[in-house]
Amino acid sequence: MSRHPGLNLDASHAPAHDQAVTLVFGFWVFMMSDVIVFGLLFATYVAMSDALAGGPGPHDLFELRTVFIETLLLLISSLTIGMASLSMKHERDDARLFIWLGLTFGLGLAFLSYELHDFASMVEKGGVPSRSGWLSAFWALVPLHALHVSAAMLWLVVIAVQVLIFGQDSEVKLGLLRLTVLWHFLDIVWIGIFTIVYLGELG
Amino acid sequence: MTREAPEDEAGARAADAAHERRSYMKGFLVSLVLTLITFGVVAFDIADRITVLVTLGLTALLQIAAQFRWFLHIRLRGQARDDLQLILFTALILGLMGGGTIFILANLDARMH
Repeated sequence: MSRHPGLNLDASHAPAHDQAVTLVFGFWVFMMSDVIVFGLLFATYVAMSDALAGGPGPHDLFELRTVFIETLLLLISSLTIGMASLSMKHERDDARLFIWLGLTFGLGLAFLSYELHDFASMVEKGGVPSRSGWLSAFWALVPLHALHVSAAMLWLVVIAVQVLIFGQDSEVKLGLLRLTVLWHFLDIVWIGIFTIVYLGELG
Repeated sequence: MTREAPEDEAGARAADAAHERRSYMKGFLVSLVLTLITFGVVAFDIADRITVLVTLGLTALLQIAAQFRWFLHIRLRGQARDDLQLILFTALILGLMGGGTIFILANLDARMH
């Protein structure tokens, strides 16, 4: 029986196991409201897809290669953060946990670097937000996801420091459970982005 | 409730850990295959636009379902009821607001030409 979204701890992790029911559910409510924000930005993007106003279009601005690399990086990072939460649940070994958290952070950083490269190359080719309705919709949606990834990476660093100072106590466990939910959720939003924003326009 | 012998408990925990690790690997491999299909269809330009769009929509939905199932551990059965209801409600709101936005704006756009 799954008591809340994401990985569930077990009775050996009391009291975090019991507190998680309310805390992770509350976080899940926030995630679902965030989904609606993204969903409406997707709807705006689709409605704006023909509004190029004579400016550069998807074929001029998008690179399939870097989007593919970004997709793989984020997917692998979703696996490594899952492994981090499993390590917390079963191994309780700080060194192992740091390896998985470090890998996740590195993959997130690589993802963001590729994205910044994409954004810079778009600006270079004249694809700035004010150029057309389609570009405004693009810049509202994709960088908002990048901002979410940055915030999640900051949170990851904070949790790593907390592990260093306090060890894997209940508060840290509850934080990592919620960060894992956020991270998987960011990968799910990215599925929408590469499908609708990039491939839907290039295909 | 009878207390299990420590060895059995450790064994059960190890089995549980292995099971959960497999779940993540399964989710990862399914997502990877679906991602490769998605990008392959576009990169190699092997079908007409409608077929491409339908394939993209299907692989995206399948991948979202796979990640909900194996990464976020959301199940249709045995899930705390509130979690699932919240997801279904969110899907309803998204369908109404997202679908409604696209429908209305496309309709207005068509009338303006």
